[in-house]
Amino acid sequence: MKVIVCIKQVPDTKGGVKFNPDGTLDRAAMLAIMNPDDKAGLEAALRLKDEYGAEVTVLTMGLPKATDVLREALAMGADKAILITDRRLGGADTWATSSTIAAGIRNLDYDLIITGRQAIDGDTAQVGPQIAEHLQIPVISYTQELKIEGDKVIVKRQYDDRYHVLEAKMPCLLTALSELNDPRYMTPGGIFDACQAEITTWSRDDLKDLDDANIGLAGSPTKIAKASDKVRKGAGEKVVPESPDEAVSYIVSKLKEKHVI
Amino acid sequence: MNLEEYKGVYVYAQQVDNQISGISYELLGKAKELAEPLNADVTAVLIGSGVKDLADSLAEYGADKVIVVDDPELKDYRTEPYAHALASVINEFKPEIVLVGATAIGRDLGPTVSARVATGLTADCTVLNIGDFPLQPVPGQEQKHNQLLMTRPAFGGNTIATIACPNNRPQMATVRPGVMQKIEPIKGAKAEVIEYNPGFTPDNRYVTIKEIVKAVSDTVDIMDAKILVSGGRGVGSPENFKILEDLAAAIGGTVSCSRAVVDAGWKPKDLQVGQTGKTVRPNVYFAIGISGAIQHVAGMEESDIIVAINKDEDAPIFDVADFGIVGDLNKIVPALTESIKAELEKK
Repeated sequence: MKVIVCIKQVPDTKGGVKFNPDGTLDRAAMLAIMNPDDKAGLEAALRLKDEYGAEVTVLTMGLPKATDVLREALAMGADKAILITDRRLGGADTWATSSTIAAGIRNLDYDLIITGRQAIDGDTAQVGPQIAEHLQIPVISYTQELKIEGDKVIVKRQYDDRYHVLEAKMPCLLTALSELNDPRYMTPGGIFDACQAEITTWSRDDLKDLDDANIGLAGSPTKIAKASDKVRKGAGEKVVPESPDEAVSYIVSKLKEKHVI
Repeated sequence: MNLEEYKGVYVYAQQVDNQISGISYELLGKAKELAEPLNADVTAVLIGSGVKDLADSLAEYGADKVIVVDDPELKDYRTEPYAHALASVINEFKPEIVLVGATAIGRDLGPTVSARVATGLTADCTVLNIGDFPLQPVPGQEQKHNQLLMTRPAFGGNTIATIACPNNRPQMATVRPGVMQKIEPIKGAKAEVIEYNPGFTPDNRYVTIKEIVKAVSDTVDIMDAKILVSGGRGVGSPENFKILEDLAAAIGGTVSCSRAVVDAGWKPKDLQVGQTGKTVRPNVYFAIGISGAIQHVAGMEESDIIVAINKDEDAPIFDVADFGIVGDLNKIVPALTESIKAELEKK
């Protein structure tokens, strides 16, 4: 069984968001991490390796420094790592990104593709389903649980007020929720091996069946008209009352002032 | 692609168990606004099995036309037959704009369909306008008019971007539930109903639904609540949510929570506020024992009044609170409940 996990290197927005003095986002000061939903997807794949001896290939598209997350994935237990990197692919929206990654995947054999539900920088949740569409295979988004039965995958798929238990024939693509599992840590041996491991690097020219009209900034149907850091309304009052009673009188007076009570 | 051929503002009218989802009405309200400068009609696309009767309610909320795709294969949502239905409608009727709710269904259907019809899709929009692209004239570049300008948060709500789709049609967006306003329903309004069936032939991409398990919840939808009493990890235990429930009961509010609380299994997912939960904008939002991670703030910062109670003076929730109280929630909340009860009894 061959499993491909698509991962992305993202700035860590969880708690560690840094701002420049002018209020704009200080991206350089933020840590680059493996996207959390993708990491859950990788863990799911590694459990298939533990249980069924699946071969796990991790694939990312990004700048050369994205090899950091590929090495992390290898140190966790992935077997192979592939980086798709090329200036011509830069500035891609989800259509161009999914077209490019799908072309990379066509170079490989697979039974199952796992992506994260969404990345914490863009939050679009679009690339996974769009890869499946380009490859003409079934997609199951928002995977909460999964198991394998023969050539089928059984998935618990989350919705807003329910879940469905779905059965799909492989090959298919799943998008993983962080809730799927708790990803394992890298092992010391794994880290040592990962440093030595070879990472396959593909440029634009290694991708077949990919039209230049569908890659990079120029091949992206969506165009950014304007981008700005969000201006927040800012803090109001903050009080440190001496006693709970003082706190309560403060809140009650404010609720009265605002005609809430 | 001849862009001129594409006309009309279309809304994917999501239904679940043959009940129209609230987001569908919200999208129709927005679509009506967008259609005005374009001098276009608003069309709802209703997909399901035995759903034709729902067309009238879509008319009452602003649909001029309703395209109904009704087929037994469409009984419950599955990506493949639904994507085939919506993509076929787009190819047949050529809309200029297609809006889809950014729900757990729409965020699966939208990307699949947009890739199938080879156009762009902007996710989780919070503002939609008609305007020029580029926004200001740029020498040597054609400025296109009457474009859909789609504004959305990114980086966990830290940045906002406005996006256009100038060279492909339709222009597609998924829209966050709870953000757009529905119109006051026009009783007795009728829409032109068009039945359309592209044919459904199951193949390897049709998955099988083995089981459907609905969450059992008799609580009010937190998106409709005027007052929310929201608890975070700082509440300490599921049992301790009792003090929040008492406060909510006293003040006529509803209990909601942060992601940490859902992850810990203390409260169900449908009570979760934030980036991966629901966007709320109540009159009053009590953030109790909530630190205020950016993902949480993104889901509640539009509330009219935010009252935060937290023992950590440096908690980021105080950066967005109108009234911040540094103190022990276990002492303050029960006393607040009693005090509010006493105030209301005086009236």
